[in-house]
Amino acid sequence: MAWVNAIIQGILTGGLYALFACGLSLMFGVMKVVNLAHGDLAIIGGYVALGVITVTHIPALWSFVIVVPIMALLGYVLQRTLIQAALDRGVLITLLVTFGLSVVIESGLLQFINADSHSLGVGESIITGSFSIGSQIQLSYLLLLIFVVAVVVLLGLQYFLSVSRYGRMIRAVADDQEAAQLSGVDYRHVFGIAAAIAFGTVALAGIAYGMYSQFSPTTGTDTILLFAFAAVVIGGLGSLWGTLLGGIVLGVAQQIGAQINQADQVLAGYLVFLAVLVLRPQGLTSRRAQS
Amino acid sequence: MSVVTDTSVRSEENFRVTRSRRNVAWTGAGALVVVVVLALFPYIVYSGTTSLMVQGFIVVILASMWNLLAGYAGLVSVGQQAFIGLGAYFVLILAQHGTSPFGGLPIAAIGCGVAAVPLWWLVSRLRSGYFAIATWVLATTIMLFIERFPSIGGGTGMSLPGLSGYDPTLLVAYTYWIGLAVTVLSLVTVYVMLRGRIGLVLTAVRDDEVAARSSGARVGLARMLVFVVAAVGCGAAGALLAISQLIVQPGAVFTVRWTAIMAFAVIIGGLGTIEGPILGAIVYMILQQELQSYDAWYLIVLGLIAIAVALFARRGLWGLIDDHLHVRLFPVGYWLWTPESGGRHGGVKRGPGKRGLRPRRGGRPS
Amino acid sequence: MSEPATERADNGSTPLLEVRDLTVHHGQLRALDRVSLRVFPGEVYAIIGANGAGKSTLLRTIAGLHQPTEGAVLYDGKDMTRVRPERRATAGIVMVPEGRRLFGSLTVEENLKVGATYARKGPWTIERVYELFAWMKDRRTQRTAQLSGGEQQSVAIGRALVANPRVLLLDELSLGLAPVIVQRIYASLPEILSTGLTVLLVEQDVSQALRVASHIQCLLEGHTTLEGRPSEVTAEQVEAAYFGLSRSAAGNPDPAAEGSAPLWHGSTPSSRAS
Repeated sequence: MAWVNAIIQGILTGGLYALFACGLSLMFGVMKVVNLAHGDLAIIGGYVALGVITVTHIPALWSFVIVVPIMALLGYVLQRTLIQAALDRGVLITLLVTFGLSVVIESGLLQFINADSHSLGVGESIITGSFSIGSQIQLSYLLLLIFVVAVVVLLGLQYFLSVSRYGRMIRAVADDQEAAQLSGVDYRHVFGIAAAIAFGTVALAGIAYGMYSQFSPTTGTDTILLFAFAAVVIGGLGSLWGTLLGGIVLGVAQQIGAQINQADQVLAGYLVFLAVLVLRPQGLTSRRAQS
Repeated sequence: MSVVTDTSVRSEENFRVTRSRRNVAWTGAGALVVVVVLALFPYIVYSGTTSLMVQGFIVVILASMWNLLAGYAGLVSVGQQAFIGLGAYFVLILAQHGTSPFGGLPIAAIGCGVAAVPLWWLVSRLRSGYFAIATWVLATTIMLFIERFPSIGGGTGMSLPGLSGYDPTLLVAYTYWIGLAVTVLSLVTVYVMLRGRIGLVLTAVRDDEVAARSSGARVGLARMLVFVVAAVGCGAAGALLAISQLIVQPGAVFTVRWTAIMAFAVIIGGLGTIEGPILGAIVYMILQQELQSYDAWYLIVLGLIAIAVALFARRGLWGLIDDHLHVRLFPVGYWLWTPESGGRHGGVKRGPGKRGLRPRRGGRPS
Repeated sequence: MSEPATERADNGSTPLLEVRDLTVHHGQLRALDRVSLRVFPGEVYAIIGANGAGKSTLLRTIAGLHQPTEGAVLYDGKDMTRVRPERRATAGIVMVPEGRRLFGSLTVEENLKVGATYARKGPWTIERVYELFAWMKDRRTQRTAQLSGGEQQSVAIGRALVANPRVLLLDELSLGLAPVIVQRIYASLPEILSTGLTVLLVEQDVSQALRVASHIQCLLEGHTTLEGRPSEVTAEQVEAAYFGLSRSAAGNPDPAAEGSAPLWHGSTPSSRAS
């Protein structure tokens, strides 16, 4: 059935959306800041990957090995300088600065590259293919791989947060910044680590998106930021697996919407988001009544 | 071992509270003169300049509305383009059914105010950052919804009927006067709101929300009112946009670039003051005209300046002027005159970013 | 203010912790007005006073969470006034904040582990904390939000101890706890002291403070109104200092006439309330 195919496609894209979203969710959980430039950073990751591939000729699939650490480092530096300066001045200023950053990045990309769409070609490998189950269900290897990567990243992140020293510090700072200071933890450094993780994962997501689809300077906000946000809200704040669930619900909603009317794909997803906002604002996985 | 002694009691007669440092009647007269001069512009300058002024009016209206939201109510909306677009499309729909766009403008504006009520209900429970993106999602959703209807242009847009009978120069002049009227009305509305109870409630909330609520201030109601008024203003601006462009395209009216323009103008001009948005709009227009041959540069420059101003000169250009000259054209705060000081300004002088909006570092402040 | 502190400085040692003419503002409100104190190694120094007297502000400024408008905080003779709170903690000034302030989403053991992240070398380990508070080991995988007030307080103290501080700052341990629980917690103080720590505590319960302290200082509206050893002060003097009564304390007390000072029992606001 075409519907089953749609649902499966939706689930798989949900993995990609969860990858978009986990960095946003982490930064909000730890620093209480919504980084409005979050999506644009994914696109920067995509463009950097494009550049790296052009210069070093490594296969697109392996570009992340170089790009993700670069972006993570950028995240740490940007957090310790610009974003921390904004945080020290309050929530309002932080929002304004990250919004300004988003506009500057997009305008800069438009100015210095161009408005065209780009794609990270995946070359000749088996990834470009797909396999069929029955006559109606078609699964692209690439999308399947992206989903697997997303789950692996989320698992890794979950493990890191639960078990490791830095993960514990991140959770402690998220709970009570001041008390963490009293225990000797420099919260600015912890913020930097969280930002590095956020930038790294979103860059990975940007590369994945670039292989699966096309990106242009405005994709960062049009697609990535808003989808990431919708996934976080649907799934519920404070839970990585909630983010995955939210991504899946969003993806499925979009695919079902596309089945009904091709042009309504994105709209369908947002309508589900609004419905969740109305009916269960704390999200699908959160136990608390207030978000 | 020491013991505490009594502190001296200060006489209450030595304190005075006034609305402004100087007589505001002079400012009112001055503003009237400016408005009269502006009204004469179409007779004096070329219609190219008049058109440019209309663009400027749109930015002033948008900026003062965004300032009302962010600078006074603490609501950072990245989705005001929703109302700009709705205003434009209301005018389009009305024009398709025979109403002159000029007459349709006030109806469109009010329509946006009405639409704002359910939209507020959707997003009001969200905290600041999430509120911001939610407004963005709302704007996008509305745009996607409108694009489904080919009768109003679908995804490509449609030209605005009902204005083809006018002589072009006259049309620009009429548009200019309507624009001037809406701008003046917007600024007066904002001024009146902030001088009244709403302003008091919002300032109290900005300083200490918990205290404000517990002293009975209707915080939620005040915020909703601000949101609705901002929607009306942005809707009027959108209608004006449609009239001045004579075409309504979803990508052009619903783009987040409008929020960028509003926000940058307000930040650079001065967040939390009434004069700031006007100043910021002027800066924006100058930059846009100077850099317009360089494509997206003006947004890059504007954005970078805005970031720098937000971090280092939070009260913007007007704040700098105010600091040095102690001038308030439209005073909405209070001056406290004590025996010692030469006048200490309370109320809204200390723009946003003060204690009320600082992050709580886990747990209570001590 | 008299100088009984000179007796303590007689052997020429520097105070471990010193505060000089500290003035702290909260916005326009002056919370502390030229307050000074000196704490020597091994002491239990208690700061008492009514609500709003500035006690917690003083402790928080010593911990580094507030910047003073004037004055200095010295630790082992070194000026710490500009040092960030986390660096003070790693240097050996660790505070147990008012209201416990545990990491709610972390378990008991994780809270202790965070405290131990940048610990100095010393006798205190997580295991030793489990020995101090016998109930804790069995409940170490529980989320701290599920513990009772007294248990949370113990975890908060443990979290500070595992960092191996030299000066332990205790802010209002008794807040919100039943007197029986409070006494049990204070009963752990001797063992803490036996490992060489110095304690500076803020306490609203005057009788409790007088029981455990080697020195007390009373604050009222940001000023010091009393300072000395519990054995040297009378109940009336404490009351006068606490409430700021305009009766002047007549001269210095005569230690000989006092003998062993009676414990302060009776009418403090907190004991009346319980």
